[in-house]
This record gives sequence, structure tokens and C-alpha cells, in this order.
Amino acid sequence: MKVLVTVKEVAQPEDDFEIAGNQIQEKFLEYDLNEWDDYAVEEAVQLKEENDEVDEVVGVTIGPERSEETIRMALAKGVDRAVRVWDDPMEGGENLDAHSKAEVLAAVVEEEDPDLVFTGVQADDSSLGATGVALADLLGWQWAAVVNQFDYDLDSEVANLHRELEGGVEEVTEVEAPAVFTIQTGINEPRYASLRGIRQAQSKEIAVKNLDDVGVDASAVESRVTLQEMYEPESESDTEYIEGGAAEQAAGVAEVLRDKGVAE
Amino acid sequence: MTVLAVAEHRQGELRDVSLEAVTAGRQLADDTGGDLHVAVISGDVDAFAETLAADAVDTVHKVDYGDEFNHDVYTQAVEQLYESVGASKLLIPNTVNGLDYAPAVTGRLDIPLVTDVVDFDANGQLTATREMYGGKVETELDVEGSEFAVTIRPTEWEPAEAGGGADVVDADVEIDESQIGSTVTGFEAAATGDVDLSESEFIVSIGRGIDEEDNLDLIEDLADTLGADLGASRPLVDNEWLPKNRQVGQSGKVVTPDVYIAIGISGAVQHVAGMKGADTIIAINTDPSAPIFDIADIGVVGDLFDVVPELIEEFEG
Ligand SMILES: Cc1cc2nc3c(=O)[nH]c(=O)nc-3n(C[C@H](O)[C@H](O)[C@H](O)COP(=O)(O)OP(=O)(O)OC[C@H]3O[C@@H](n4cnc5c(N)ncnc54)[C@H](O)[C@@H]3O)c2cc1C
Ligand SMILES: Nc1ncnc2c1ncn2[C@@H]1O[C@H](COP(=O)(O)O)[C@@H](O)[C@H]1O
Repeated sequence: MKVLVTVKEVAQPEDDFEIAGNQIQEKFLEYDLNEWDDYAVEEAVQLKEENDEVDEVVGVTIGPERSEETIRMALAKGVDRAVRVWDDPMEGGENLDAHSKAEVLAAVVEEEDPDLVFTGVQADDSSLGATGVALADLLGWQWAAVVNQFDYDLDSEVANLHRELEGGVEEVTEVEAPAVFTIQTGINEPRYASLRGIRQAQSKEIAVKNLDDVGVDASAVESRVTLQEMYEPESESDTEYIEGGAAEQAAGVAEVLRDKGVAE
Repeated sequence: MTVLAVAEHRQGELRDVSLEAVTAGRQLADDTGGDLHVAVISGDVDAFAETLAADAVDTVHKVDYGDEFNHDVYTQAVEQLYESVGASKLLIPNTVNGLDYAPAVTGRLDIPLVTDVVDFDANGQLTATREMYGGKVETELDVEGSEFAVTIRPTEWEPAEAGGGADVVDADVEIDESQIGSTVTGFEAAATGDVDLSESEFIVSIGRGIDEEDNLDLIEDLADTLGADLGASRPLVDNEWLPKNRQVGQSGKVVTPDVYIAIGISGAVQHVAGMKGADTIIAINTDPSAPIFDIADIGVVGDLFDVVPELIEEFEG
């Protein structure tokens, strides 16, 4: 049995950043493994550790060469090997259109033929929250979005899981495999990569492919959504900033609290 | 240019976002010069339809199948309705359940999808507004073609007035049972604990800025000194540093205290959903561009490890 996990390298702007054109300038961006994918990786790796029948966990990413550093982190945490797909037509669109990402991921899933796929609920940077379900439906598979408890029965090939809804309510659901699960934070405790894991990751395979290699036509990944403008949002409140050093700021907050009558 | 908006309900209650979807749907229909149709699927569709039959709506379609949300039923029903009413725009709430079928149904209809939209303008081509980078920036997105779907962020549109003169009809929809591969077997409420933050009048809330579990003492000290209840953002609860009943936000508690102090919390939309109803919001954060400052009444740009000890001193001294 094989498990596939999708991993995205996400960009995070530094505290002070500038927008040039319709992008945050590259020098203000830091890159990291998407938080939700960290939990998805852990869920996949644990499934393998707990079941002899699971032979392999394969990581898949759509991203430029830079993202290999991030993919190595997933390899260091127990993913066995990785596939990275990238091609010119994907530049720009990869943060805008879940369906075009799903086309590429589906091609890799079909080639790898796993039993289960884990994705994150959302990517920290673009937060489309849509790629996992788009992928499942494209494959004609089952799915469940926002899974925060997961139990898979290998014999019946049924997943018993909880989906985290709003307001502290969880839905208890059974889903038939093959299926895609979008994993929510808190479902497990993602491990830190051990030194040994980091060393081993250096020799694990990252297969690099372009659209031709995975058999996807450039027209299928053309984003139908285009970014026109990016700006810092206007404040919705008239925030009154308390200036000065820490002591003055604390005094200012204290005054507000006394004023509101909540503390003396 | 017919718009199809889909309502949402859970455990016998129509969710607030449904009437917000009516307002947004009307806006979209007006922009594009078309009718607004609303679908209500599963559960007590008769009662739900009565509420949804607002004057802003042309027709409400009832799909009387099953009790609770099931993504296979929703996907099939919405796909068929979209075709049968001749819709070219689809509007779905950006909720956990909305995101459990919107990507599937738009895939089948082969129409572009923009999620978590906070505003749009569809006079001519659709331009949708949505955030990126955890709310640090807003973007304007152009969508190709005249057919598309958006999922709308809850509480961004005013709810439409419930009830009215819209037609209510039974939808002509066939659900293929063999295509249902998931079964909802029940619901569970997250554990309750010693305090119920939804009752609190004063909350000191801590986020990932605290960095390490050991540092939490400092915030507990502050809450004690001020006589406030302790709340937290999700990562602290995910890490099991604090119990689930302390989590404020979309999947935790919705709180409405007189004063909410957000310390080391960035202000992600799912956190804000739980605390924006506070009377006075005070934010302490090192990052001047943190989205929490967009909704804060009082802002302190500073390091919590400098400001909090001083604040404790203010009240201990
Ligand atoms: C379906 C779903 C449901 C969710 N439900 C919830 C929910 O119910 N509640 C919730 O909170 N989140 C929820 N989230 C998660 C949410 O998206 C964010 O990931 C989360 O709120 C971030 O928490 P944070 O602000 O503490 O952390 P971060 O976003 O990492 O922010 C930490 C902040 O601390 C500041 N900081 C760092 N060091 C210091 C310092 N020394 N002094 C002062 N400030 C400092 C940083 O500038 C930053 O702004 C949900 C997400 C999803 C997808
Ligand atoms: N470029 C990508 N490469 C690999 N996986 C991705 C990519 N984009 C999204 N995903 C997966 O889909 C999930 C949801 O992303 P999104 O729909 O973009 O918010 C992420 O947590 C990833 O697991």
C-alpha cells in the first residue's frame, strides 16, 4: 500500500515588506513548509510506521527549484521520496487556481497509484483551501475536508474520521478509499526532523518533472484567474497607537483598562 | 445571467451565512442583470425555504434528500440545478462544508472558482477581492469568462431580511445513491472545561508570539493580576499547551467581552471570527503590519516580553 502526501513551500512576508507591481518583493519573503502540510506529512508517516502493509510515503510538490529545500524537510521527517513538478506555464498561477494545480497533482497520483492522499486544509500563503477536494473529484475519488481525527481500517478500506466544523462541533464521517483527506492542524504532533533524518534526506530521491513528463497539456494549467492588484488592506478601525517605550505603553494600556472599568 | 446561491444549515438550523449569501447573490445578480435562485438541500427544506424566500430572491429550490450535509448529495444537486436553471454564476458560503463541495462541483461544471471572497464587482468581467498571506495583503483577481463560482467569507455581507415573496419550488434533481461514498454518522461537541469564555467580560488572549510553553507563566500571571480569563489562538491549543476550551475563533469559542487583549496574535480571519465582537480590542504585537491592528481599537507595537512585565507591574505596584 502506498500513501501520497502533497507538500507546498509557502512564502511568508517579513514584518516590514514592500509591494512592487502586484507582488511582494522577493527580498521580503521567507520560505517554509506549509504548516498544514507538516501535519499531513506526519499523518502519512505515522500510518506507515503503524502498518507493515504501507510500503511507501511519496511526497509531491508543484514548485520551482527553490522549493526543494522545503521538500527535503518532508523527506527528513520520514517521507521516502518526492516528485517535484514545474514548468514555465505554471509560474504565477500556482497561487490562484486550485483546479489547475489539481490537474498536475492528479497526473502524478495516476502515475504513482497510491491508495490514499493527504493534503493540507490550506496553504498558508494563498489560502485557497480548495486544492485537495478539487484533486479528489478530478480523480473520481472520495474525499473529506478539514479532518482533525483519522483512523484507517486497512481491511475494509474505510476511513473513520472527524471533520472539524465551526463552533467546536465535529462531524463524524466514514469515507471509502481511495480518497483524499485535507488535514487540519492539531490532528497529531508533527515531529522535528532528527539529525539522522536530515542526513538521510540528502540521499533521498526528488524526481523533477515538467508538464510533458507527467502528460499534462499546458492549456490545462493555464489559470483562469489572474492577479491584477495587491495592496495592504485599509484598517477597519481607528486604531489608537500607544507610542513610547514598554513602560509608557504599559501605562497607556493600564489607563485604558481602568477607564473601561475592567481592572483597578 | 442567472445566479445560483446555495444555503447552509446544520443540526436543524439555517446558518447565518445563508441570508448573507442571499444579499451577495442579489448583488451579483444586479451586477450582471439576472435572476437570483437559491438552493436549499437536505434537512427541513420547507422551513428553511420559508426563511430563504426573501424578496431579494426570485426562486427557492428545495432538494428534499437526507437530513444533514453530505458532499456527494450537494455536489450532485448543485451541478444539476446549475444546469437546469441555466445559471452562469454560482455562490457558495466559504465555510468548512462549503469548501467540502465547491471545488468538486466547479470541477464538474468546469468553471473557475475563487474562494474566500470579501468583495466583488461583476459589472462586466468579475473582479474578486480576497486576502493572501494571512490577511497581510489584499488582492484583486480578474476571472476569465462569464461563468464562475465564488465562495463568500461569512459576515462580510449583511444578512437579507428573512421571508418574503419569492417562489418556492421542489427541485427537479435526481440523486444517484451509488455515487455517495461518505456517510455522516453523527456529531460531537468539543470538550468543555472549567470556564466558558463566551461568558467572559475580560479576556487576555495569547498567540504564537509566546514562542515556548514555559513562557506561558508570564501571561497566566498577567491574567491573574488583571482578573481576566485566559484565551488563546489555535496553535497553542494544537500544541496542547492549553486546553481546547481556551481556543478563541472559528473552530473554538465566539467571545464578546468588554475588553479583549490579543497578545502575540497575528489576527488570522479564523481567529478574528471569534473575537471581533469584543467591545474594545487591544493588540500587542511586534509586527506593525499584523492584521490584528486592522480591527484593534488600541494598538501597541512592541515586544510582549517587554510590555507584559511592565503591565503586570502597573497593577501589582
Ligand atoms: C478551518 C480552520 C479553522 C481555524 N480555526 C481557528 C480558531 O478557531 N482559532 C484560531 O486562533 N485560529 C484558527 N485557525 C488558524 C488560523 O488560520 C491561524 O493559523 C492562527 O490563528 C494563527 O495563530 P497566531 O496568530 O497565534 O499565530 P501567528 O499567525 O504565527 O502569529 C503570531 C504573531 O505573534 C507576533 N509576535 C511574535 N513574537 C512576538 C513578541 N515577542 N511580542 C509580540 N508579538 C509577537 C507575530 O508578529 C505574529 O503576528 C483555523 C484555521 C483553519 C484553516
Ligand atoms: N503547489 C503545490 N504543491 C503541492 N501541494 C500543493 C500545492 N498547492 C496546494 N497544495 C496542497 O493543497 C493544500 C491546500 O492548498 P490551497 O488549496 O492552495 O489552499 C496544501 O496544504 C497542499 O497540501
